[in-house]
Amino acid sequence: MKRSSDDRRFRLGTGAFAALVLLIVVGIAIELTRQSTLSIAKFGLKFWTTSTWDPVSGMFGALPFIWGTLYSSVLALLVAAPVALGIAIFISELSPRLLKQPLAYLTELLAAIPSIVYGLWGMFVLVPLVRKFEIAMGAKPALGVGMLAGALILAVMVIPFTSSVAREILKNVPSTQREAAYALGATRWEAIKVAIGFGKSGIIGAVMLGFGRALGETIAVTMVIGNAPQVTASLFKPQYTMAAVIANEFSEAADELYLHALIEIGLLLFIITIVVNILSRLLIWSMKRRVAAPAVTQLLAEEVPV
Amino acid sequence: MTANLRRRKLVSHIFEVLCGLAVVVALIPLAMILFYVIKEGAGSLNLDFFTHMPKPVGEAGGGMANAIVGTLILIGIAAAFAVPIGCLCGIHLAEYPGKFSSAVRFAADVLNGVPSIVIGIFAYGLVVLPVKRFSALAGGVALGMLMIPIVVRTTEELLLLVPGGLREGALALGATRSRSVFSVIVPAALPGILTGILVALARVAGETAPLLFTALNNAYWSTSLSQPIASLTVQVYTYANSPYDDWHRQAWAGAFLLVMMILTLSIAARLAVRRLERMNRS
Repeated sequence: MKRSSDDRRFRLGTGAFAALVLLIVVGIAIELTRQSTLSIAKFGLKFWTTSTWDPVSGMFGALPFIWGTLYSSVLALLVAAPVALGIAIFISELSPRLLKQPLAYLTELLAAIPSIVYGLWGMFVLVPLVRKFEIAMGAKPALGVGMLAGALILAVMVIPFTSSVAREILKNVPSTQREAAYALGATRWEAIKVAIGFGKSGIIGAVMLGFGRALGETIAVTMVIGNAPQVTASLFKPQYTMAAVIANEFSEAADELYLHALIEIGLLLFIITIVVNILSRLLIWSMKRRVAAPAVTQLLAEEVPV
Repeated sequence: MTANLRRRKLVSHIFEVLCGLAVVVALIPLAMILFYVIKEGAGSLNLDFFTHMPKPVGEAGGGMANAIVGTLILIGIAAAFAVPIGCLCGIHLAEYPGKFSSAVRFAADVLNGVPSIVIGIFAYGLVVLPVKRFSALAGGVALGMLMIPIVVRTTEELLLLVPGGLREGALALGATRSRSVFSVIVPAALPGILTGILVALARVAGETAPLLFTALNNAYWSTSLSQPIASLTVQVYTYANSPYDDWHRQAWAGAFLLVMMILTLSIAARLAVRRLERMNRS
């Protein structure tokens, strides 16, 4: 039976490469843990709850970075989620047929622009605008760089991810849902609300996917957030994020403890983004399963806008 | 019309307008970014930019020849191992749906969501730490790992777009599974897969964070895989953070080059995918 042995070889051969992808994810977790043992052993939980970051005396507390990452991402999503949802609704429900494709393409183009270009634009265009706004608001000192600039640039960057998944979700809501609403005398917006209600879990998943993106975004944020570790709710003060501190200090980390502290931040970032990502996938997936659409894979691939 | 209905219609109109506004709100930054990149970048782009090395501070002119070559080398290394892994993995997912494939698909999606800076740390641990030296190879490995999930999903996606009749025809003629994949299905999807790979390349060519502590940077001409190497993105980052106007101009020129490259590739990919979809429908 040459044929069946050939088939088996093919299956195992390609399967080995598929297994490699699984291995990489597991490998990242193991490697990051292994490389941060010194700091885990020395500081334990205090690492996450204290604010002193002093490489010279070997004291490391990562609270300001965690704060900066979470705060900037939440602010970004507060701006991005309604806009992204509006885009998704407009393209899938309201827009003339002729405009659908071009609009979808243009909004996804936002995802294709490299982070460094966002950063450059942020530094030389957005930050001066924010500074003007801060002066108008009477903030002192009005630096321009800071949480507001960071959150705004993050918002723009995550809009395409959230909107393309949300659009896909709305596309998958059975049209009978809307038709039933119309039959009951609903206005256009009321019918859309029914569709959103049906796709609720998937849309929450889409927003979480954007959140995951915002958490890990590095260069653009590093260039505009000011890079000053402090825990403050102020929108105008410069702050710092987990990804930014790794980007800035990693190649200069002279001693091993310092390096391990930075890698431990990376480990936490990895864990948070993985959890957020898995939750969002499960939500999107559960929504998809409910409609039992034939092309399950299509949706999940959608946030890689080609 | 009752007052209630009038109110409901009004609410509906207001929200419809708001949704349209959301599109405008998102397109404003896109237009602004493209405008500034072209305005500031196109003017600074000249032949010297492609052929000259960076000049020291204070000397006008100079270019990013070493960084352009560096980026090409880095994405070359990335493609060299991400493309075979990604494509074969994608083939497996398309050919053998099941529990294992679902798990791998899930892992690929999760990997796609892992911040690029974390991938950078992983590459640092794998390649830099054992030899205690930053290298082009480490940067390439980091970029490759970022490419893999994109290549996997694009390949799978496009293979599934190939009309089922082609596969059945090949199998009916007595072809083995691998024969039908490599001689019939993959060739049918090839233009799409290739452009998908190009888009993935363009995407990782725009990455900065994972290169900062793997490939590092290099002010000199270097093509060695075991030495630190310059890249467009890290060079733009360095120049942007400098206080010199001339370097800022160079940074914009670099950004312009990156954006043009990505726009061209993503438009090409659009066209290829659309062609494949049309073929599938007919």
